[in-house]
Amino acid sequence: MEAEIREIRDHMGQYPPFDGLRDELLDDAASAVEIAYFKAGTTISERDQPVEALSYIRSGAVEVYLHNGQLYNRLGEGDIFGQFDLLRNRQVRFPVQAIEDTLLYLIPKSVFDRLCAADDNFADFVELSGSRLKSTVEQSLRDNDMIATRVRRLISRLPVMIEESATVQAAARLMTDNDVSSVLLLKPGNGEDSDRAFSDAEGRQWLLTGMITDKDLRQRIIAEGASGQTPLSIISHGNLITIQSDESVNEAMLTMLRNNIQRLPVLHRRRPVGVVHLSDIVRYETNNSVYLVNNIFNRTSVKALARLTPEVRASFVRLVDEGATSRMIGGAMSSVGRSLMRRLVEFAEAELGPPPIPYCIMVHGSLARNDQSIITDQDNAMVLHDSFDAERHGEYFRELARRVSDGLDACGYPYCKGGVMATNDLWRQPLARWKRYFSDWIAKPDPQRLLHSSIFFDLDAVHGEERFVEELQDLIASRAKASPLFLAALARNALGRTPPLGLFRTFVLEKDGRHNNTINIKRRGIAPMNDVIRVHALGVGSRAQNGFERLDDISRAGALPAGQTDKLSYALEYLSMVRMRHQAQEIKNDHEPDNAMQPEHVSDVERHNLKEAFQILSNAQKFLRFRYPSPSR
Amino acid sequence: MVPGEQQRQESPGWQEYFARQAGATTTPALQAFYAAGVPDEERPIHDIPLMALDLETTGMDPREHAIVSIGMVPFDLRVIRPSAGHYWVVKPPRPLREESIAFHRITHSEVEHAPPIAAILGEVLAALAGHLVVVHYRNIERPFLDAAVMASHGEHCLFPLIDTMALEARWERQGRLQGIKRLLGMQPLSIRLADSRGRYGLPNYSAHHAKVDAMATAELFQAQMARHFRTDTPVSELWF
Repeated sequence: MEAEIREIRDHMGQYPPFDGLRDELLDDAASAVEIAYFKAGTTISERDQPVEALSYIRSGAVEVYLHNGQLYNRLGEGDIFGQFDLLRNRQVRFPVQAIEDTLLYLIPKSVFDRLCAADDNFADFVELSGSRLKSTVEQSLRDNDMIATRVRRLISRLPVMIEESATVQAAARLMTDNDVSSVLLLKPGNGEDSDRAFSDAEGRQWLLTGMITDKDLRQRIIAEGASGQTPLSIISHGNLITIQSDESVNEAMLTMLRNNIQRLPVLHRRRPVGVVHLSDIVRYETNNSVYLVNNIFNRTSVKALARLTPEVRASFVRLVDEGATSRMIGGAMSSVGRSLMRRLVEFAEAELGPPPIPYCIMVHGSLARNDQSIITDQDNAMVLHDSFDAERHGEYFRELARRVSDGLDACGYPYCKGGVMATNDLWRQPLARWKRYFSDWIAKPDPQRLLHSSIFFDLDAVHGEERFVEELQDLIASRAKASPLFLAALARNALGRTPPLGLFRTFVLEKDGRHNNTINIKRRGIAPMNDVIRVHALGVGSRAQNGFERLDDISRAGALPAGQTDKLSYALEYLSMVRMRHQAQEIKNDHEPDNAMQPEHVSDVERHNLKEAFQILSNAQKFLRFRYPSPSR
Repeated sequence: MVPGEQQRQESPGWQEYFARQAGATTTPALQAFYAAGVPDEERPIHDIPLMALDLETTGMDPREHAIVSIGMVPFDLRVIRPSAGHYWVVKPPRPLREESIAFHRITHSEVEHAPPIAAILGEVLAALAGHLVVVHYRNIERPFLDAAVMASHGEHCLFPLIDTMALEARWERQGRLQGIKRLLGMQPLSIRLADSRGRYGLPNYSAHHAKVDAMATAELFQAQMARHFRTDTPVSELWF
């Protein structure tokens, strides 16, 4: 190879998509390069001009414009342009101008076509918007066993089952004979249409009613001195949590984490096909957030809980390093956050005595969405039974709220700056009052007021009477979709925070051409993305709180043009992952993790993907404006 | 005095000179070279095929020193085509000294197995034919090629060329401001290839390879034209 080709190749080989090319393909590309120089301020390509080559910026910088003259992108050393035009009609769609003296390497279209044909990653990279980001996200999903593997893979034997009318002794014998630590309870069915009804191989109808474990036999029979002849139905505690056999291993793990249980009956449709134990999952993938949640429930004081903070962080870093997805990490971290809250409530109730009336601890924001990351404010509230009497009960719940909130702060979840905490009298109210709050927000949507209350529209129960929060979710789901004014106001607020155009060299490039040195990835990406998704979700009457689950509902309702929910989904996943990787890196560097990223620490591939994710968000915001227009005054 | 400059003063023009030489020479390679002609001196630079040329030599004096390698890259004001270029390593009549081996990054065995200049002159002239030559510093390429042709065929080989270093000197070394700067004892700006390129935002290449330098010279000329000239500038304003 001649020296000048080596000069060209060595430079191109450092930048995507050329960095991933096999040597001979890279040599091929470098050998075919032609060179052209453009002075700052000159036009490189004009609209409708034929495109003969892919342009690679060897030095300098260019700007790409939309038809209407709006800035579309700014590119620097190692970036490429012209690929979209080459793939389409071979005419320039987006004009390009040199903003600095620029030296271009031109790769003829014949070579470009050859590279696309010979290298899938190259083809993905240059293909029209979406593909690179999409393939990045999809690749990380494929690479992740926990998501790819279905829970049925972990089942090693058929479930052992017994009629609940049988005695505990019969159950103990059956368990001993089969060498299992749990048994599923059945009763004959009468053809009722229940989630728990199924028919066995002989066509007999059964109802799955519960599960008994070694621990139940020990605690409720032996320790109590009860008779071996006790019918199983007496010690069964109903409320059986199960999982479908085609769910992922990750989902099974999260279900156990969320409910703090160690065994999960697996159903194929309604028929029990096995029982998965926590240790099956731990054996499958060492994942310490499982132990962490266990650990939380073993701690006996707030101080002891607070000492878990380093472990929480370590677990977070490990999940990121193992290539878990943002959904998995967000789910695991939310389980940790919820478990901490529950444990804090248990401490408080142990000291204050049992609650005088039923109540529910409600969470908002990331914990409600199950997408919690490592640093996050506490956003919580309390829903009290309508029999609440301030005279008699006020002090108890005020003190309970204070203890939970102080405990969370001690455990690394600082007080909410906006005051969205159950310690705030406004947000510690009977259910009826909460219903009035939401009804008012929806019926009289003042954008200014909504700005402060939109946080309440991500809500979930963490402890206590979950049905209180479910009632609120129902109210929101049914009212919001029928209130165009409310949706329009929410949509207007969702446009308040916009993404930047992209990252350019060491700074963040804004749409108006200004620069910034850092980017708050949460404020400029993830939060506005969640805002957009929330509006659409409420618009279709979805009850889901998690962004991805909301997108599933939005997609099912057909509320967005084809393919849009997919795009939003992988853009959300990507932005969330960038943020989590950034935070994991800061923890490893012994820095306090935050959301402020420096563009110089962003790789070229990441820069490319970020640009695309921001573009998807920006388009989604534009669509929102059109879909939920503000009424003209 | 440099042969090219002498020629410029004595002859009515390059076109006439090429026509006359094409008729007079008996060497086939030179005959073809001259017959390909040179552009009319009023022709605008933008539609003229150019050839960036760089020689690595053992020294500055064509009578004493020898050519070690030759690099060429064809281009025009629109694009530069490295892959259509040429590169030869040449075996000098006397063995290379150690320091020039190191300087040129050419190994002994490369030189040992290379042809002598006489054996490739035909190819070199054929590649140059029909192109206007562009060099950085005109006192190497033309005199050395002329000397080599003279040694092989007993004839001169002269041609017009554009010198990017001389062009650079027009802005960086002349003009009233430069005179004031000199009076104030300020160092004049370097007009060496790499330094000149830096002023146009052109990247650094590893120097001392004839073809890389030819490519670098082509880029510099494109940049100079983009910054200082109209593309319809007649060649006569640019060549020597």
